[in-house]
Amino acid sequence: MNALLHIAVRSALNRRGTLALVMLSIALATALLLGLERLRTDIRSSFALAVSGTDLVVGARTSPVQLMLYAVFHVGGATNNIRMDSLRAVAAHRAVAWVVPLSLGDSHRGRPVLGTTPDYFERFAYGDRQPLVLAQGRAFAATLDGLYEAVLGAEVAQALGYSLGQKITLSHGSADLLAPVHADKPFTVVGVLARTGTPVDRTVHVSLQAIEAIHLDWAGGAQLPGMKIAPENARKFDLEPKQVTAALVGLKNRVAVFNVQRFVAGYEGEALLAVLPGVALDELWSVVGPGEQALLVISALVAVVSLASLVAVVLAGLNERRRELAVLRAVGAGPRHVLWLLAAEGAMVTLAGAILGAAAAALAVLLAGPWLQQRFGITLLPAAPTAAQWGLFAAVVLAGMLASLVPGWRAYRLSLADGLSPRT
Amino acid sequence: MLQIRNLRFAWPGAADCVAIDTLDVGPGRTLFLHGPSGCGKSTLLGLMAGVLQAQHGSVSLLGQPWAALPAGRRDARRADHVGVIFQQFNLLPYLTVLDNVLLPCRFSATRAERAARSAGTPAAAAQALLQRMGLTADLWGRRADALSVGQQQRVAAARALLGAPELVIADEPTSALDTALRDGFMDLLLGACADNNSTLVFVSHDDRLAERFDERLSLPTLNRAIA
Repeated sequence: MNALLHIAVRSALNRRGTLALVMLSIALATALLLGLERLRTDIRSSFALAVSGTDLVVGARTSPVQLMLYAVFHVGGATNNIRMDSLRAVAAHRAVAWVVPLSLGDSHRGRPVLGTTPDYFERFAYGDRQPLVLAQGRAFAATLDGLYEAVLGAEVAQALGYSLGQKITLSHGSADLLAPVHADKPFTVVGVLARTGTPVDRTVHVSLQAIEAIHLDWAGGAQLPGMKIAPENARKFDLEPKQVTAALVGLKNRVAVFNVQRFVAGYEGEALLAVLPGVALDELWSVVGPGEQALLVISALVAVVSLASLVAVVLAGLNERRRELAVLRAVGAGPRHVLWLLAAEGAMVTLAGAILGAAAAALAVLLAGPWLQQRFGITLLPAAPTAAQWGLFAAVVLAGMLASLVPGWRAYRLSLADGLSPRT
Repeated sequence: MLQIRNLRFAWPGAADCVAIDTLDVGPGRTLFLHGPSGCGKSTLLGLMAGVLQAQHGSVSLLGQPWAALPAGRRDARRADHVGVIFQQFNLLPYLTVLDNVLLPCRFSATRAERAARSAGTPAAAAQALLQRMGLTADLWGRRADALSVGQQQRVAAARALLGAPELVIADEPTSALDTALRDGFMDLLLGACADNNSTLVFVSHDDRLAERFDERLSLPTLNRAIA
């Protein structure tokens, strides 16, 4: 077997031009399969870990998935706002322990701005009930003195190079380049949060009152000309918000969650929706799930096609190699040896391609990770391969070995028939 | 050494291609089989080497009929006792000259042992044989397809003779060589076979070579299937 392996390696190297192309296609298939698998797992865990410790998310009546997406991930837009007095009614429910209002709509250099209360930093948890931790500075004080204060998520500070004391201006709306800017009311960075691996990292946090203040002289998405209000003067106005986008709700006892959910849905003052984060995520997966499966099926088909091309290439080359097989017969190789030789060649090409593909997938994860983190708050960690990834890798290699038996068998038959004198 | 009795062989779906009543070749003898193309030369050589199996009769090497062995044992026995030289394309182009010569030793422990006995290691024996064939050391590491046809044939001869197999079968090995190379090749081949006391069965259409051999037979006469 050792002898055959040596011959197989040298034989494959001899035809490395054609085999390299096939190997690349196998590498592509493997990269697709493993990359998709990693993406799938990481997206799921990112979503699942984005918020915890919150029993309900309340917003205007819309689809639960959409509510979760903008309330927790700050992606997409709210269809409607909800009134603060509706929230006060919810907070007054005997089962409710705390309510943290959220106000969205502005952005800073492509990152969402979240208006909320200082309670947010106490109540919000992620992952395994982990609280938010300030790496630098402090939370904003929702007082009139500290009106224009901002707390940055870890990615915002790192990517944009901000530190404490930095002055930033917010843009109206979420478009990055052409959004009108609240230029007359700059904010000061007073705190930077530690990295969480959730959408918190890419969010700029300010107080609800500050959001009100910068929109005082705005209507319909633009600053009213001739009605400019200076930053200090804004303090004189009533800055309590009348409307917010959504709210996080914590209960005294989790058992009451369905009661409260029904209460919110049936609230007559406004069309509201209360969503259990876990349930909304399940609904998201039921939407995303078929898409995932379709992608996996396509990747599997790519693998099948690339293995088929391997078989085709080796088979096509067999005719030219009949003299070679006769030489092997002459020096004492049997048809069995010839079969193993061909099968080994195919198996080696598959293994090389699979390894290359796995490396490419890992590289892609490394390169795409920061972008995904910045854009969607999804953490893609270059971690060790999961069991599912090993399974896919093994499946590709095994399939390649089995597929290689086809040219192996053909060579076996040819060798038997030709003997020492092939008809070439 | 080599015994053929009542041999009948036909390719599937065709009439008899080889029909030989008796043929004996003793150890250390050289046999020249003369015949034009189409008289069953290659088929006969395949039968002698145990690669093809006859429908009737027997072909025995060293007293052992090929047909009595299972396929795997036949291949092993061929590796141990037979060396083969083709007319051309004898070598695996992607192996070096030395690796090509050492091929039989990879498939037969007996050949490897015998080669090692004479020179210490099979590689050393191969190198000695290559020297004897007039191939200098600078060629040993070259890819086989980098050599000229004459050189390749000599490498093939070295491979067939490494480890002193009892039977060497040559199928028109000089037909691709010009006259000058041919004579030199014949000298080397016959000399090396004599050194090892190997039996040489040499098939060719070229009559002029016949006189150098112990025995001469005309294949059309021998093979009743084409008489």
